[in-house]
Amino acid sequence: MMVEGLYTKREDGRKFDEVRPMKAKVGIVPSADGSASFETGKTKAIAVVRGPRTLHPQHMQNAQTGILRVSYGMMPFSVEDRIRPGPNRRSEEISKVTEWALSSVVDLSGFPNTVVDVFVQIPQADAGTRVAGINAAALALAHAGIPMKEMVSAIGVGKIDKTLVVDLNKYEDSIFHDGEGSTDIPVVMTSRTKEIALLQLDGKISVDEFKETIEMAKKACDDILKVQMDALKNVSEESNE
Amino acid sequence: MSDFIMPNLQREKIEEYLGEGKRLDGRKSDEYRKLLVEDGVSKNAASAVRVRFGKTEVLAGVHLALATPYPDSPDSGTFMTSAELHPMASQQFDIGRPGINSIELARVIDRGIRESGFIDMKKLCIKEGEKVYQVFVDIFAINDDGNLLDVAGLAALIALGRARMPIYNEEEDKIDGYSEEEGIPLNKDVLSFSMTFHKVGDVIVADVGHDEEAISKFRLTIAMGDNNGKPRITAMQKGKAGTISNEDMENILKLAESKWTEMFPKIKKHVFG
Repeated sequence: MMVEGLYTKREDGRKFDEVRPMKAKVGIVPSADGSASFETGKTKAIAVVRGPRTLHPQHMQNAQTGILRVSYGMMPFSVEDRIRPGPNRRSEEISKVTEWALSSVVDLSGFPNTVVDVFVQIPQADAGTRVAGINAAALALAHAGIPMKEMVSAIGVGKIDKTLVVDLNKYEDSIFHDGEGSTDIPVVMTSRTKEIALLQLDGKISVDEFKETIEMAKKACDDILKVQMDALKNVSEESNE
Repeated sequence: MSDFIMPNLQREKIEEYLGEGKRLDGRKSDEYRKLLVEDGVSKNAASAVRVRFGKTEVLAGVHLALATPYPDSPDSGTFMTSAELHPMASQQFDIGRPGINSIELARVIDRGIRESGFIDMKKLCIKEGEKVYQVFVDIFAINDDGNLLDVAGLAALIALGRARMPIYNEEEDKIDGYSEEEGIPLNKDVLSFSMTFHKVGDVIVADVGHDEEAISKFRLTIAMGDNNGKPRITAMQKGKAGTISNEDMENILKLAESKWTEMFPKIKKHVFG
């Protein structure tokens, strides 16, 4: 790729369209109905699914369908400055956009009045925690046997000065400020229909560049999907042993 | 904002009308309601404005206070946005701790203003490492008839555009009211504003009313600023559980570009007078 501008080489030596090394594992929390971990580079996420179970308080129940409830949080020791335990505005927003993204593929119509709880936690953060969390959560939902119309995969794409990149690390996401600065775009793609289930953006980017980053996200999500599918295959092989 | 009882008849009617290119209130699918801006809601603030799109109404005020800078930016002022979706504005809002709707709204608006560098934070430093101005933008919803996100975002920008600089009393280390002449330092050329599009039935709709908002499949908010006369994306946020197809995305981007071109000069005038 020809590169103009200030960011001609990635800080960690990766190619511009290269995802950090990924690791996925299903079945990490024995007492849960479903669980998984997902790592990209130094960013680690774990997800646990509990349910479907009866939703309390009762007035929140929906007689037509079960509902998905997501809680995302960063562990106090996940970043250099300690994070105060408990929810904050950032974590509540990420919980909600994650819930929307996953709700677009799960089908809980067979479980009226119930809730499926998804707990996402980040033990170690190096940017891209919400997308790593969604990759883990999608695995945990599949592991729990929750009906899903299709899988979802998530990736952060963006622009560093004038350079389009895939899977921003912390330096690219929040330390680089030169030139046009850093634009980060978390994206969730559905596996079969290739539609967008989550989209956020902060920065400065032209419409054409934005379209190009979405194409890059699609390609990266295909790779992530493979990692997710392998992890799911491994767990079913293990349980058959 | 979406979990309320919507009669199926109404839903079918809204979607059927949109299929024929019409809306129940007579607007076209890409047509915004009339924007009304009033000043002087409170004389005690740096600014306070009332902004309406049709019946959706929001008040926004700006305060400046003395504060200690953050250790990682000792020479910059600080900034905070809060939003109150008060029960007076809608049956769906409750008193008490901010719910997810107001958190999301405040964060989307906060990010848009903060990341664009609209406020010149360096000029809000009084003494490096010790004393800076903290800018508060407080948003208060008066009536929700849909699209609070765009109305509140605009109200925040207009309030900042008209905010006056505090008069700092160094001897007593306090603020003595606000200057009549001097506004707060802004980077006027990075002004960007947000437009939210919903998919209702099979149609992409701009500036939704309450009922359209309640039945939409997804929403996509796009903020755009000026890059030599052409719109440039500065922020995005998708909401709700529906997914965006390639075709939807093409349509929304096209619509956003044309709406931005049409609205930007007017909005600039409202913000900077």
